[in-house]
Amino acid sequence: MADAEIIRLDSRTRAGRTGPSRAGARVRCRATTSSGRPCRNYATAGTGYCSVHTPSVGATSRSVEAAPESPAATPRNREEETGIENFLRRRLTGNYPIDDFGYDPELYREVLLPLTRLLYERYFRVRTLGVERIPDTGPALVVGNHSGTVALDAVIAQYAVATEHPNRRVIRNIGADLVYQLPVIGPLARKGGAAVATEEDAQELLRRGELVGVYPEGYKGVGKGWRERYKLQRFGRGGFMETALRTRVPIIPVAIVGAEEAFPMIGNAKWLARTLGTPYFPITPTFPWLGPLGLLPLPSKWIIEFGSPIPVDDYPEDAAEDAMLVFDLADRVRDTIQQMLYSLLQQRKGAFF
Amino acid sequence: MAGRRVLITGVSRFLGLRLAKRLEQDDEVELVVGVDLEEPPLPIKKLDFVRVDIRNPLIARVLETTKVDTLVHTNIFSSPGRLGGRSQMKENNVIGTMQLLAAAQRAERLERVVMKSSTAVYGSGAGEPSLLPEDHASRQVELSGYGKDCAEAEQYARDYGRRRPEVDLVILRTQNVVGPTVSTSMTDYLSLPMMPTALGFDPRLQFLHEQDAVEALYTALKSESTGIYNIAGDGVVYLSQAIRMLGKVEVPILLPAAQTAASLLRRFGVIDFPTDQLKLMLFGRIVDTRRVKERLGFTPRYSTTETLTDFRDHRGRDELPEPNLRPTWERELFEYLRQRNEQRQTV
Repeated sequence: MADAEIIRLDSRTRAGRTGPSRAGARVRCRATTSSGRPCRNYATAGTGYCSVHTPSVGATSRSVEAAPESPAATPRNREEETGIENFLRRRLTGNYPIDDFGYDPELYREVLLPLTRLLYERYFRVRTLGVERIPDTGPALVVGNHSGTVALDAVIAQYAVATEHPNRRVIRNIGADLVYQLPVIGPLARKGGAAVATEEDAQELLRRGELVGVYPEGYKGVGKGWRERYKLQRFGRGGFMETALRTRVPIIPVAIVGAEEAFPMIGNAKWLARTLGTPYFPITPTFPWLGPLGLLPLPSKWIIEFGSPIPVDDYPEDAAEDAMLVFDLADRVRDTIQQMLYSLLQQRKGAFF
Repeated sequence: MAGRRVLITGVSRFLGLRLAKRLEQDDEVELVVGVDLEEPPLPIKKLDFVRVDIRNPLIARVLETTKVDTLVHTNIFSSPGRLGGRSQMKENNVIGTMQLLAAAQRAERLERVVMKSSTAVYGSGAGEPSLLPEDHASRQVELSGYGKDCAEAEQYARDYGRRRPEVDLVILRTQNVVGPTVSTSMTDYLSLPMMPTALGFDPRLQFLHEQDAVEALYTALKSESTGIYNIAGDGVVYLSQAIRMLGKVEVPILLPAAQTAASLLRRFGVIDFPTDQLKLMLFGRIVDTRRVKERLGFTPRYSTTETLTDFRDHRGRDELPEPNLRPTWERELFEYLRQRNEQRQTV
């Protein structure tokens, strides 16, 4: 988008990213946040400011600048906050809030998101569709297809919503216990907003009005062979459907295309998996042949599509107890995602371009 | 219920002693009978001290003759240190509780039993819910040591509750108690100038302030509610965050070595950190405290981070590491940040 209008040096307009979901280059808000960084929200039409920073009539510019960027910003940092210095100071003194599940909003926004940006924008050149179908507030269960040997798809889908959704919501992914047994990865997943794949965690997050991400295929999805790419596996035991019915939250299907080609699993060394105690041991064109270098994903082109929310309000209160109904509904969600996958695959020109 | 007569086991230990002290000011309580092996370190009004082991059948006589209506059992040890070995600890915790409750079954006047258990009964595991509710029973986590003792003691308490349904039974599962004066394996750990951690792991932790622990016991004693309750401060901290807040230095150790390090520290008496608690340092253990707020009306005064800062302000100061223990880059960075701040203020 060459026609991106530059308003001020510090209001970064993001040119160069295209996609049908972004009809034109959108202008970032002109305000500076309380922590001294330029506000990264999109500006509302005509004002140059986002909805948080829109100056109300009679308000001084001071109050605009003092508007908090997020509720997580601690009031304790009264002293002038200037970007990186205060970030470091907070990190080094432990003065930052986390929620009960271990989500660390500051670390996520300031460190993990910028790291993922490279993968998202440059490497996989993700095209995200239908992100506006995710409700602005309130709980919802995001259900997606799981693929690509390592669960990178969950991270990328989370990034898509955290940056492209108007409210920049953070999907709270639900990860299997294996994730939390791993050093480094486990704590990092938690800090990035993930929780444990248990009914308690999913229900509690939904009760708190969060957007919860589940990949019901689990290991079967990520650990399936190349020949079965984009073929949805069994949707677990329908636990996600029970949770949706119990908490009466809508299901948002999401189809992710591209993760299969990023780590094409051409073989599975079952004896090694047994020895290591993992659900599978992937063999890809580069792994384990190239050693750690083989862990680098192939630069496939990704498309993510969020579907329309599927409401569950119409079912009776005790619908979650009706096992047949639960399986039936879970299958319908599965079919929806499968159809979305097929149509995306038809649309795309090639796996890597 | 005026003229209450309360028997406290473990009265010479931290919680028992504080509870007895708390009951001094309560006019409803007429008599406190304290049971322990050592004499309480400070004099307490209304307290009749009886030196008796809870495993001794004599405890039945004490319960009978003192005509107590409330039994508060705080005598479950979290570490073997002072008892001289794990088997002694288990003997006291499990067999002690069994004998005590057997004696209590005969005590006709008993109306209320409050037992202090621990959140250790949940164990720790990678696949456990992030917020453990009271009725969660894990199929995956294998308990050992303190957690197993507590779980077994709770089982005896539940059996007792079944046999004496007219007696109100309350079990409090307290989270790691931390505070200015209490001494536990957790406070020992938090007092180390350089804190060993397992490399690549960063558990979420939750603390209970010592005053809140006493207050929770007191509330349970006074209330009419029954059941099992988790007791913990609000909010959680990461271990790495806690270390930062205390101004300590983190020493990450490779996992297989961590086990050895823990047992070495214990052997040399630096800290009394039970090795079975090592899993806690990998996966953490956070409990859901909604039930106690709703049914007992108990809300801790200190949150997890407030507990930690209170601990730091009272205890941490003289235990802070020498400034030169910190890595050079970090000192330089702090110095740089300080200078920048001053410059800005003068401009």
